[in-house]
Amino acid sequence: MRHLIDIRDLGRAELDALLERAEDIISAPKEYSDSCRGKTLATLFYEPSTRTRLSFEAAMYELGGNVLGFASADSSSVSKGETIADTVRVVSEYCDVIAMRHPKEGAPLVASRHATVPVINAGDGGHNHPTQTLTDLLTVKREKGKVGSLTVGFCGDLKFGRTVHSLINALSLYEDIKLVLVSPEELRLPGYTYKDVILKNGMESEMTTSLQEVIGELDVLYMTRVQKERFFNEEDYMRLRDSYILTPQLLARAKPDLCVMHPLPRVNEISQEVDSDPRAAYFRQAANGKHVRKALILKLLEEAAR
Amino acid sequence: MNIDEITDGIVIDHITAGRSMAIYRFLGLDKLDCQVAMIQNATSRKMGRKDIIKIDRLIDIDFDVIGCIDPGITIDVIKGGKLAEKRHVDLPETVTGVLVCKNPRCVTSSERGLPQVFRLTDRENKIYRCAYCDSRAK
Repeated sequence: MRHLIDIRDLGRAELDALLERAEDIISAPKEYSDSCRGKTLATLFYEPSTRTRLSFEAAMYELGGNVLGFASADSSSVSKGETIADTVRVVSEYCDVIAMRHPKEGAPLVASRHATVPVINAGDGGHNHPTQTLTDLLTVKREKGKVGSLTVGFCGDLKFGRTVHSLINALSLYEDIKLVLVSPEELRLPGYTYKDVILKNGMESEMTTSLQEVIGELDVLYMTRVQKERFFNEEDYMRLRDSYILTPQLLARAKPDLCVMHPLPRVNEISQEVDSDPRAAYFRQAANGKHVRKALILKLLEEAAR
Repeated sequence: MNIDEITDGIVIDHITAGRSMAIYRFLGLDKLDCQVAMIQNATSRKMGRKDIIKIDRLIDIDFDVIGCIDPGITIDVIKGGKLAEKRHVDLPETVTGVLVCKNPRCVTSSERGLPQVFRLTDRENKIYRCAYCDSRAK
């Protein structure tokens, strides 16, 4: 049974095929409106989520399928002490594919070992969020017309930001990517990601603390939120949270075709005045998430049927 | 210092000096009722100092445990007073039930009956990561 637990589960050819399928769905949605007729997606969300859960549900409905599930641990048997293994064994009997979000890291992997239907990791704590990475790749592809041969800047919390690590992993499969890593010293990319992904794959990279100095060379700028829940010390969070704020003045230094992305939700790191700039792609990015999830659901259901 | 020759048993040799007690505990050698000799700080041409454990019985050894604690160890199986087998222990690719994930956000901290599994991700630096959450073993 094929699952998607980690973005590294997908090779380059599979990523390209998913992005191509998603673009086809966007260009001809009606052709896919019955693709999942009679199929059911179970959304097992053990912690709150807005975009991810709703985009999975919207994706399945637009494919003509059905959705069931729960939106918090309180409304499931986990509150009675049920294991993940038992829950997915039972839920597998009611659905054709599962999307799971769980605060515990590795929970979707455990689910995949006990489910009899495909499991999609919809986010496990600070660990993986592969469908966000698919969303990010589709956005780069649609905004820039390609994924390779680009200078991609990551800005903000590069230490704890799971979306950053996953996207760097995925970009390592593409040619001629230059990474510009902008962060405070305390929130630098972890050494193992730098060594195991960037160095191992021979990716060109640059580290800096100044967004102002490098913004002019970027094709893509991926902004991230400094996440309060990752800090043990409130003072550190307060000191670092507003390290970078993208304003129209800063954006004036950027290329006219820069693509500004953000996994959302944002707090202060992108000024609301930037929203009306055509280079602000983050709301289009959120919309792309629904389409790439459709492509993924179709792929996993097709593979399960073989 | 003289320790009797073994007729049927196991010699765990080339243990990094000071690690023999950890291996003794992990293998549960205190529960055996045969003779077990632990030699610490023995002179070694290759290692300078090393520890050795001699067990006067043929027992099953968990090579994963030993490789994880101290790669480079050799295990001599003695039968009828002769060397029957010599094994070099290396870092295992996967270890189950030996290391414990310390990440409080890891699913192993809450899911009942889930085995602790670690994978070798960096052989050169002997780094193991949890198979579920990717946290580094400490």
